[in-house]
Amino acid sequence: MKSAVKTKASPKKVLAKKAAPKSVTLLVATKKGGFILTSDPKRREWTTKGPLYLGNIVHHVMLDPRDGKTMLMATKTGHLGPTVFRSTNQGKTWKEAAKPPAFAKAAEGETGRTVDHVFWLTPGHAGEPGVWYAGTSPQGLFRSADGGDTWESVKGFNDHPMRSAWTGGGQDGTPDGPKMHSIIVDPRDANHMYIGMSGGGVFESTNKGADWHPLNAGCKVDFNPDPYPEFGQDPHCVRLHPQSPDILYQQNHCGIYRIDRTAAGAENQWVRIGEKMPKSVGDIGFPMVLHPRDPNTCWVFPMDGTQVWPRTAPGGKPAAYVTRNGGKSWQRQDNGLPKQQAWMTVFRQAMTADAHNPVGLYFGTTCGEIWASTNEGEKWTCIVRHLPHVYAVEAVEL
Amino acid sequence: MKVIIPSPLLSYTNQQKEVDAAGTTVADVLADLNRSFPGIRFRMIDEQDAIRPHMKIFVNGEQVFALTTSLNSTDEVHILQALSGG
Repeated sequence: MKSAVKTKASPKKVLAKKAAPKSVTLLVATKKGGFILTSDPKRREWTTKGPLYLGNIVHHVMLDPRDGKTMLMATKTGHLGPTVFRSTNQGKTWKEAAKPPAFAKAAEGETGRTVDHVFWLTPGHAGEPGVWYAGTSPQGLFRSADGGDTWESVKGFNDHPMRSAWTGGGQDGTPDGPKMHSIIVDPRDANHMYIGMSGGGVFESTNKGADWHPLNAGCKVDFNPDPYPEFGQDPHCVRLHPQSPDILYQQNHCGIYRIDRTAAGAENQWVRIGEKMPKSVGDIGFPMVLHPRDPNTCWVFPMDGTQVWPRTAPGGKPAAYVTRNGGKSWQRQDNGLPKQQAWMTVFRQAMTADAHNPVGLYFGTTCGEIWASTNEGEKWTCIVRHLPHVYAVEAVEL
Repeated sequence: MKVIIPSPLLSYTNQQKEVDAAGTTVADVLADLNRSFPGIRFRMIDEQDAIRPHMKIFVNGEQVFALTTSLNSTDEVHILQALSGG
């Protein structure tokens, strides 16, 4: 296995600087359209704009932090093919991408792949304005160099000779289709990238996607004959800490993991940090949210992963869990949330944090609610009800 | 020739339910349609040039399955979104 990118960066100290009050905008993707929620500077009052593209299945809406204006929205409908809509004015108006992500046409006599839906959108490196990446189902990686207007296949992954093996070949399938997600660009180096695949595991590239290698050591596949294969894992959400880019966290189908790429001799080894979660709750879930400044603090939102995988809040009692010491211990955060009979699920893109101090947390549910906390999860408030099934929530400042 | 557009694609045709397009095959007509209304083809036809599962194309009332199907200038092309689900 190739080694990680070598850096001497060490975790920065938590910044105590008080952020100036500023409104937060939530970009909400749902099964029936997109919504934009905007707060007052205290993050207490919220207004809702939308639906955008009512009836479209929207998997992700993202803002380009480099220009603060461009937004992309990944959509399809139940019948029409997948596409990407673009806004260059913070969501005021939208226009379809001229060339949405699509696999290459197969040679005569061969079977080609078709994009079912665009699932994940990631703005590129700060030094590469206009570059975006998109992950699709079935699992494919695409790149745009013009702000999301035209997309090209990342051949280094999509045509990789191991791609079929990595993704399970023709059997690569999860209930709603296998997802390419968690596309991460190292903020120090545009060549250094990670991807997560719900059918394949975590992979790393050190040459801007021209080649990839698995990064799954230590990550369990408890349903597999070999519980520690080189690939074939099911990461649900992978996050890299923006100020300590050698620290990554992963909410996996089989537990919560952390990796420190500077750990001597263990730089390629995931460590399961979910073992300290309460046994009655377990360490299965979809989202993983990192504190924007403290690399030892992150949040998860557990779901029931027992037997037939209900994928609901364990026991019908939803709660976030936070660790402030890199996973050595976890604390339950359910103040304000329903105490019983709440069978919600929070999907992998549907929980996020803002940059305020204290950090604001937000999550959207399969029941169409958006919940917010202005004090790092100490108390939750439902800020919107009755939206469609929420797929993704991103917090930005416009 | 006349092409009838289904409601989910009217956003591409400025809400026109009937438009004109030219070509000697279904593929040609769809390409011409895409020139007039950019993006409309990919919502109906995937990157492997297959008609998407819930889209149907009829020529003079008969369903066609191949984009290579020949057309005359007097033919009527009717694009349908198939009913599916409840």
